[in-house]
Amino acid sequence: MRLSGLQRDVLALYRQCLRECRKKPEASRDNFRVFARTEFEKNIKVDKRDFGAIEFLLRKGRRQLDMYASPGVKDIR
Amino acid sequence: MASLRSSASLLLSAASRPALRAAAVAPAAVRGMAQVTDGQQQNQMASGDQAKLKTFQIYRWNPDTPTEKPRMQSYTLDLNKTGPMVLDALIRIKNELDPTLTFRRSCREGICGSCAMNINGTNTLACLCRIPAEDMAEMKIYPLPHTYVVKDLVPDLTQFYKQYKSIKPYLQRDTPAPDGREYRQTKADRKKLDGLYECILCACCSTSCPSYWWNSEEYLGPAILLQSYRWLADSRDEKTAERRDALNNSMSLYRCHTILNCTRTCPKGLNPGLAIAQIKKEMAF
Repeated sequence: MRLSGLQRDVLALYRQCLRECRKKPEASRDNFRVFARTEFEKNIKVDKRDFGAIEFLLRKGRRQLDMYASPGVKDIR
Repeated sequence: MASLRSSASLLLSAASRPALRAAAVAPAAVRGMAQVTDGQQQNQMASGDQAKLKTFQIYRWNPDTPTEKPRMQSYTLDLNKTGPMVLDALIRIKNELDPTLTFRRSCREGICGSCAMNINGTNTLACLCRIPAEDMAEMKIYPLPHTYVVKDLVPDLTQFYKQYKSIKPYLQRDTPAPDGREYRQTKADRKKLDGLYECILCACCSTSCPSYWWNSEEYLGPAILLQSYRWLADSRDEKTAERRDALNNSMSLYRCHTILNCTRTCPKGLNPGLAIAQIKKEMAF
């Protein structure tokens, strides 16, 4: 399936999240993965042509990723 | 106190920059500097038999429901029971009509720069913008243009602050003061900073600049360039050459095309356009 640019951006963000998960302590890695997954699934119903909403969610996601990627964050519930 | 200060700085600035400013003063008739209210307001309150209703149309958007489109919501207030400024009206709407309305505010006297928003098409501080009492037309209130919206009237200024950080807005010196005490400067040197240090970084000017709209990633924008010049003009700063080098590329500074929306809109009556022109002049010679 050919993906649009926006869809690729979303997938890139998700992959980035998974990559950041790997840098966390082994015990809490799964928690981070589950958290990232649920954050994406929360908005699974957004229409793929609703560009404004998706772009906003992408920005929000990137901000969240920045926050949780800092080494001070050890676990998430 | 507030009125004294602002009128004094107005006088000073009017004297120090003649040509550019003169054109910009006239259209800003609705907006006033913070002033002590005269007796008129109280008189109106006393004799206010019939309500002076005014409608405010306010931009609403909630990030919790991102699929919903932004909309304009109308609120009607009785001006007799409201303070004179737009911020007073906003606070009253939040207190009495709709607690979900979101906006930034803090000092309510034009010092903090939190309540910058687009009121009737002009970027200004809500706390310094009078509600025009004569005409009963609707007022339209939007967040600052071309900014990402966090919620309702709250803009995302992350990029703006990042750019501010990038110009190193602090005194840079290698040599200690000759007498081991403060860094002193002459009165003449201090005078060069007038009209620059008053900037409160409300982002009204930057977000009114078309050039900044299209190039906000790389062009610094009037507010940051005004601050840049504040440090270039400071006689105590020793890294002037480095600061100039940092600006010496096609994007950071030279995207200014002297549109002068910044000077027109500045709620503090400053002149970022002139400051940018000074930097350009310094770079040229």
